[in-house]
Amino acid sequence: MSGTALNSDLIEHEEKKSLESREFGFWVYLMTDAVIFALLFASYVVLSKNSAAGPTSKDLFDLGHTAGETALLLLSSLTFGLATIAMTSDQAGRVVQWLFVTLILGLGFLAMEMLEFHGMIAQGAGPGTSGFLSAFFTLVGTHGLHVAFGAIGICVMIGQVMVKGLTLPVRSRLIRLGLFWHFLDIVWIGIFSVVYLPGVM
Amino acid sequence: MDHSAERSLSTYLTGFVLAVVLTAIPFALVWGGLLTGPAVYVVIAIAAVIQVVVHLVFFLHMDFKSTPGENLFFLGFAAVLICIMVGGSLWIMMDLHHRMM
Repeated sequence: MSGTALNSDLIEHEEKKSLESREFGFWVYLMTDAVIFALLFASYVVLSKNSAAGPTSKDLFDLGHTAGETALLLLSSLTFGLATIAMTSDQAGRVVQWLFVTLILGLGFLAMEMLEFHGMIAQGAGPGTSGFLSAFFTLVGTHGLHVAFGAIGICVMIGQVMVKGLTLPVRSRLIRLGLFWHFLDIVWIGIFSVVYLPGVM
Repeated sequence: MDHSAERSLSTYLTGFVLAVVLTAIPFALVWGGLLTGPAVYVVIAIAAVIQVVVHLVFFLHMDFKSTPGENLFFLGFAAVLICIMVGGSLWIMMDLHHRMM
């Protein structure tokens, strides 16, 4: 009897350890992703004035639109935090609700970004127009792609919480997805500070 | 990572309010045209750096006590790498630009 109890304790301990090392691995991935974004930022800064007699950042950027995107992403970071809090107090229903709100906010952000890209391309300011626009679409598009994958991740986690409940592996995945989501918000701080705000001045 | 202790509503709300303020300052400056010249860039840069730290502390719960040393070490390593590569690229390209004038 006590032998099996000890055994299951041991298994749980091992599982915890393996999940912890996965969290560290995910952190390493995030840092390498940060390096990728940093280099995209560097290329954008180098190319930002090379508009090849085409439209410049001043003609294209709308600060109100950017403020809306910023608000959506920041709010979604808060709602993901609320989902994490619900997770620590074992309220699976609440977790699903807050994840759903986060998903809606994330999709709203993506919709605004698509609208912006579509408007720019319709004006003849596509990624092939100039060095500035190539760098712009690469940097902001890469961030948008990350948000899209984060949204897929949220859908998956909503399903896992509903089907499996808040088991140890599910909690660990939720925490890792949270790291990813908050990280994307940090990258967005860089985007509005480096791309949009200097772009309209 | 031990997350249970420091995940409270007040932490997230504090972080959120600080982030809103730190976003509003640069947007208001640029929108209203309240400042001109290099001073604006300095304010934008400072607000951005502080906001990144706010996100790391209040949303990603990093601190020197509960965060494992390896994570902090890797964050520092990434920061150094980014400084060398971004700073170096910009230095080279600006210098090149200057010489081509």
